[in-house]
Amino acid sequence: MNKIIALFVCLLATQLVYAEIINVQPQYEDRYQSLLEELRCLVCQNQTLADSSSELATDLRVQVKDMLEQGSSDQQILDFMSARYGDFVLYTPPVKSHTLFLWLGPFALLLIGVVTALWMIAQRAKQAPTISEADQQRLHNLLADQDTGEK
Amino acid sequence: MIPELGQFALIIALCLAIAQSVLPMWGAQTNNLNLMSVGRTAASGQFLFLLIAFLCLAYSFVDNDFSVQYVANNSNTLLPIYYRISAVWGAHEGSLLLWVLALSGWGFAVAVKSRSLPDDVIARVLAVMGMISIGFILFTLLTSNPFDRMFPAAAEGRDLNPLLQDPGLVIHPPMLYMGYVGFSVAFAFAIAALISGKLDSAWVRWSRPWANIAWVFLTIGITLGSWWAYHELGWGGWWFWDPVENASFMPWLVATALIHSLAVTEKRATFKSWTVLLSILVFSLSLLGTFLVRSGVLVSVHSFASDPARGVYILAFLAVVVGGSLTLYAWRSVQFSTGGRFEVMSKETMLLLNNVLLVVAMLTILIGTLYPLFLDALGLPKLSVGPPYFSAVFVPLMLPLIFLMGLGPIAKWRRISISELFHKLKFLLAIAVILGVILPIAIYRDTTIMTSLGIAAGGWAFATAVYAVARLIMKRDKTTSVFKSLSKVPRALYGMSVAHIGMGIFIFGVVFTSAFSDQKEIAVKVGTSVDLAGYSFLLRGVGPNQGPNYQAMRAQVDVTQDNVPIVTLEPEKRVYTVQRNPMTEASIDEGLFRDLYVALGEPVSPGEWGLRIYYRPFVQWIWIGAMLMAIGGILGATDKRYRASANRAA
Repeated sequence: MNKIIALFVCLLATQLVYAEIINVQPQYEDRYQSLLEELRCLVCQNQTLADSSSELATDLRVQVKDMLEQGSSDQQILDFMSARYGDFVLYTPPVKSHTLFLWLGPFALLLIGVVTALWMIAQRAKQAPTISEADQQRLHNLLADQDTGEK
Repeated sequence: MIPELGQFALIIALCLAIAQSVLPMWGAQTNNLNLMSVGRTAASGQFLFLLIAFLCLAYSFVDNDFSVQYVANNSNTLLPIYYRISAVWGAHEGSLLLWVLALSGWGFAVAVKSRSLPDDVIARVLAVMGMISIGFILFTLLTSNPFDRMFPAAAEGRDLNPLLQDPGLVIHPPMLYMGYVGFSVAFAFAIAALISGKLDSAWVRWSRPWANIAWVFLTIGITLGSWWAYHELGWGGWWFWDPVENASFMPWLVATALIHSLAVTEKRATFKSWTVLLSILVFSLSLLGTFLVRSGVLVSVHSFASDPARGVYILAFLAVVVGGSLTLYAWRSVQFSTGGRFEVMSKETMLLLNNVLLVVAMLTILIGTLYPLFLDALGLPKLSVGPPYFSAVFVPLMLPLIFLMGLGPIAKWRRISISELFHKLKFLLAIAVILGVILPIAIYRDTTIMTSLGIAAGGWAFATAVYAVARLIMKRDKTTSVFKSLSKVPRALYGMSVAHIGMGIFIFGVVFTSAFSDQKEIAVKVGTSVDLAGYSFLLRGVGPNQGPNYQAMRAQVDVTQDNVPIVTLEPEKRVYTVQRNPMTEASIDEGLFRDLYVALGEPVSPGEWGLRIYYRPFVQWIWIGAMLMAIGGILGATDKRYRASANRAA
C-alpha cells in the first residue's frame, strides 16, 4: 500500500506532460537499460530509473545517456551518481564498514545454521540407543513371559 | 443506522472474543467441561458478528453512504459496483476488518471441524485464537474504526485508488490475509501443546492440514499480488523485492519450512520442538508483516514517528505475542521427547537442512528489508537495498535448496547410502545438466553459466518430482495395471510431486524471463513500426476512449511476425475523473512461451507517442508454477489420513 501511495506522489510530480522517452543509440541500449535498473528514482518510494516517469528520473536518464555517449564506463557513471546523490541512489549497496553485516550476514548465518544443524544431528546419532539397557532387560523379560504364556 | 449496527456488532464480537479466550482456557486447566465447551460457541458467535460488521460496511459502500468517513475516502458514485465491494478492503481500516473476519473464520472452521479432538486441546487452541482476536479487534476499534462518521457528510466520495481498480486486487488481499491469519491456527496448536505438554502423533495429524491450507492461501495471495503488479504497474516486472512484497514472502519461506518439518514430525515423531518453534515463527512473521505494512514505518522512520499510534500498538502486540510465546517455548519445550533415531545421512537430515536454508533465506530478506530502516534510525547515511542485492545473496541460497529438493523425496528415512542414492539419481542429474546446456542454446542460441545452472536446477526439480511417483509405478508387480497402481499412490505423495513440479516450472519461468527478456522504450510516430525480438509493432493510431469513471487515450498497436498478423494490442493512458492521476493500462498478448507487452507513454510531439514495448519469454510459467504449488498443497492437505481423522468421531 505504501508503495502505491508513493507511486502517487511520483505521478503527481509528472502532472505536467514531460517527454519521458529518450531514444538511445542502439549500441548503448543494453548498457543503458541495465544501468537504469541499478539506479533509484530519488523522489519515488521504491522505483528504479527504468520504472519511474518522474521529472527527476527523466533528467537522470538523460544524464546516463549523455555519459554513455561520451564514452564513460558503467562504473564511472555509477560513481558519478553516488558522488552527486549519495549511496541512496545505488540499488546495490556499496561494501563499506556499515554495510559489512548486510553483505556478510547471510553467508555467516548460513554457515552457523548448517554447522549447528549438522553438529546436533551428529550428537544425536552418537547417543546411546533410545531403549536403555534396563528397558531392554524388561522387554526381554516381557517377551519371555509371553512365550511361556503361550505354551 | 447501518454503520452503527456494524460498530455494535464489532463490539459484541470483542466481548465474545474475550469469553472465548478466558473461559475455555480456565476450563482446560481446571478440567471443567462446561467451561471448555464455551470455546466452540464463542468462536462461532464471534465469526457471525464479525460477518455482520463486515456486511454493514459493504452495505455502506454499495449504498454510497458518504457520511461514513472511510467510504467517503475510498469510493465514489461512479465507481462500478464490483470495485465498490472490493473497496471495502481497499485501505487500512477496512482491510483490518477483513483481517479479523478471516481470523474468526479460521476459528469457526476449527470449531466446526474438530469434533474428534480432545476437549482440552480444542479449548486451548480456541482460547489462543480468541486472544489474537482481542488484540486485533481492539486495534480496529481504538485506532482504525471503519465506521467513524463525519459531519457534514461528503457530497461525493474521493474514489478508490485507481491502481486498486483491477481484478487482481479484488481477490489478492483476501487470499493473502487468509494465509497470514491461517497460521494463527498452527500457532494456537503450538501454544496449546506447550501449555499442556502433550505433543503426540494425533497433534501433528491435526495441525498439519491446517498449516498446509494456510500455506496454500499465502501462496495464492502472493502469486496474485505478483500477477497484479505485472499487469497494473506497467513495467513488465513480476517481483520488485519491495518491502511490502518481502513482508509477505518472509512468512511464506518459513511456512514452507514448517510444512516440511511437520512431515518429519508426523512420520518420525522427531523435530518436535523445532516444529513448534517454526509454528511460532511463521505467525510472528505474519504479524511483523502486518506491522511493516500498516504502521507506515516503510515510508520512512520519521513518518512512523510523527503518527505513531497505530505502529506502536502493533509493535506492542507483536512484542507480547512473540515475547510471550518464546518465553513459554523456552520454559516448556524441553519436555518433548526427541523421537526416532536417524543417521547423519538420512532424509531427516536433508529436511533439516532444507529448513536451515529456508530460515536463512528469510533472515536474509529480513536483514535486507530492515537494514535501511536501522541506518535511518541511527542517523547514518541513507541506503537502498534493491533487486541486485537480493539476487546476489538469494540465488546462492536457493541453488543448494533445490538440489536437496530433488534428493529429499527419494531418500529413505533413518539412513541412506550415498552410493545407492547416486546410483538412483545419476540419470536424472545428467538429464538436468544436459537440459541446462541444450535448452537455452536451442531456443535462444545463447547461454551463460548462471542461465544454464538455473535451467538445470529447474529440470532437476521437475525430473525428481516426476520420478518420486514414477518409481512406485515401475516397482509395481506385474499383475497390477499402471492405472490401478497410479490410483494407489497416496494423495499426499501426489501433492508433494505436483508442488515440486510447480517449483521446477516456476524456475524455468524465472530463469528464461530474466535471461532472455527484451524491451524498448521509444518514441514512435503514428503509422511507423518498431521491431523487437522478431516481432514488428506498428502504431496504427491513438484516440480517446471514455470509461465509466475515467477518460483515456487508447492506442492501437498491430503486432506482426514475418508479416503474419499476431494480435492488435490496445494500451491506454487513463485519467480518472476524481483522482486526476495519469494511469498506465498496459495491453498484453499472453502466451505459453512469450508475452508481448505494450504500455503507452506520453505524447512526445503531435502524432508521436512514447511506447514501452516488452518481450517476456516464459513469464506465464512463473504463475503457472506457483499455482501448481498451491494445488500440491491442497492435495497434501486432503490426504485420506486427514479426512479419516476428521470423520472418525463426527
